[in-house]
Amino acid sequence: MNLLNVFEQINTVDPEFSDRISPRREAIKNLASVSKKITMAALPFFVSELFKKAYGATAPTDVNGVLNYALTLEYLEAEYYTMGVAKSGLIPSGKPLGAITTIRDHEVAHVNFLKQVLGNKAVSKPTFDFTAGGTFGNVFSNYDTFLAVAQAFEDTGVRAYKGQAGILLGNRVVLTAALQIHSVEARHASHIRQMRRARGGAAADQKPWITGANDTGIGAVVNPIYAGEDNVKQAGVDITSLSGSMGKISASAATQSFDEPLSAEAVLNIAGLFIKA
Amino acid sequence: MEKITTSQNQDSLLTSNGEHEKKDLRRRDFLKFAGASAASLAILGISSCKKDRDDGMDNGGKGLYFGSGDIAILNYAYALEQLEAAFYIQLVNNPYSGMTDMEKAFFTDIRDHEIAHREFFKIALGGKAISSLEFNLSGVNFSSRANVLATAKTFEDLGVSAYNGAGWLIKDPNYLLLAGKIVSVEARHAAWIRDMIDNGSFANQEVVDSNGLDVAKSPSVVLSAAAPFIKSKIDVSDLPTY
Repeated sequence: MNLLNVFEQINTVDPEFSDRISPRREAIKNLASVSKKITMAALPFFVSELFKKAYGATAPTDVNGVLNYALTLEYLEAEYYTMGVAKSGLIPSGKPLGAITTIRDHEVAHVNFLKQVLGNKAVSKPTFDFTAGGTFGNVFSNYDTFLAVAQAFEDTGVRAYKGQAGILLGNRVVLTAALQIHSVEARHASHIRQMRRARGGAAADQKPWITGANDTGIGAVVNPIYAGEDNVKQAGVDITSLSGSMGKISASAATQSFDEPLSAEAVLNIAGLFIKA
Repeated sequence: MEKITTSQNQDSLLTSNGEHEKKDLRRRDFLKFAGASAASLAILGISSCKKDRDDGMDNGGKGLYFGSGDIAILNYAYALEQLEAAFYIQLVNNPYSGMTDMEKAFFTDIRDHEIAHREFFKIALGGKAISSLEFNLSGVNFSSRANVLATAKTFEDLGVSAYNGAGWLIKDPNYLLLAGKIVSVEARHAAWIRDMIDNGSFANQEVVDSNGLDVAKSPSVVLSAAAPFIKSKIDVSDLPTY
């Protein structure tokens, strides 16, 4: 596919990239059996430690690395929504099904876009386990679980793209495209959060924006996805020390008004929970 | 559509970035790929320079000077955040009749986010910050829910497209990250406001193209869209744009 000669000029391939990800998959396979034996609360920490030992620096270091990293996340989201929409009776018809279908179409478009950009450098789609080894066992039979995992994916996606922007510094084509995907993920996250709010229950206080670290009502299992979102310091400025409309800006507003990045390692740890092989 | 025009001002904008020509070539290839909607935006970007000049906005040395390079981009963001903050402050102070509790709460949140952004840029820019701008919001009917939401949608979508389009012009990775931290919050706002207008329009075809990409606009395009709301005279002659 020769649609984008231009990218071959811009990008130098990371020859070790595929070497780096294939051992990772092997380790994830091993992990799946172990993780069932440990408690839910300890799971993220455990996984994170194991991944650190197993992979060291798997974070992307160049443009193609970032694009393949993005592609992996988009594969995850695209397959998730495709399966959700296909599962009859899962998503209520009307507005909810319409919204999830819109999101599915965007994620599929992102996959196709990134694959075209990468050409033969594109990584192949992993095999996913959306139950995360049984943690979300009813993900395709319980609508609330489906929305909760969707929110986790969207908020992760927003953080993931942000974390890689520096590698694309000054790159008019790729950085702009990455930003254009990033803000679409944020629009999705906003809408899914509204859908969960409308469902009530544990999600009744959900806002379209993120308040503090883990405002999801999902539980500690998603702590790694929101770790650091309670940051109130930007470029050395404590946002809560600034003047608001009345008095200082509140800690809630300070955390809501800036979305935080997530390192590639942290994102891969999270995505790894849902990757079988 | 206006024809491409040349002017001293436009020349200086084009040559302010040494890498411009090289990157422009790549960009054209990309636009071919990205399709007609992006290409027509680029044309708007060029024609808008003429409009800016006619409005006397960037006529050099006569208005609030934004500076050059990253400082100019930060002042550009600061100006947009000032505009948004001014709008939401007035909105929350003058709620339209029938505003629901949720709407009131979320508009108040958004107001506080925009104030946080505004105050952050002011502190971060220090002595290089432009002064507070005066705005003209007289065209907004704050007692009309439909008009308020339509204006909010315009501002939020414009803000998203502004950060998306200016990202690659930023030289300092720390500033780029800050822009990234803010733009996704603006996108969350935009989606919620769109859903208040029409549930399900959070990311419709007005703002997301067939590749699943949001809008990105050059600083000159964004400033011409914002111009009717900005009363103060501004000097963006050294603001990087394309």
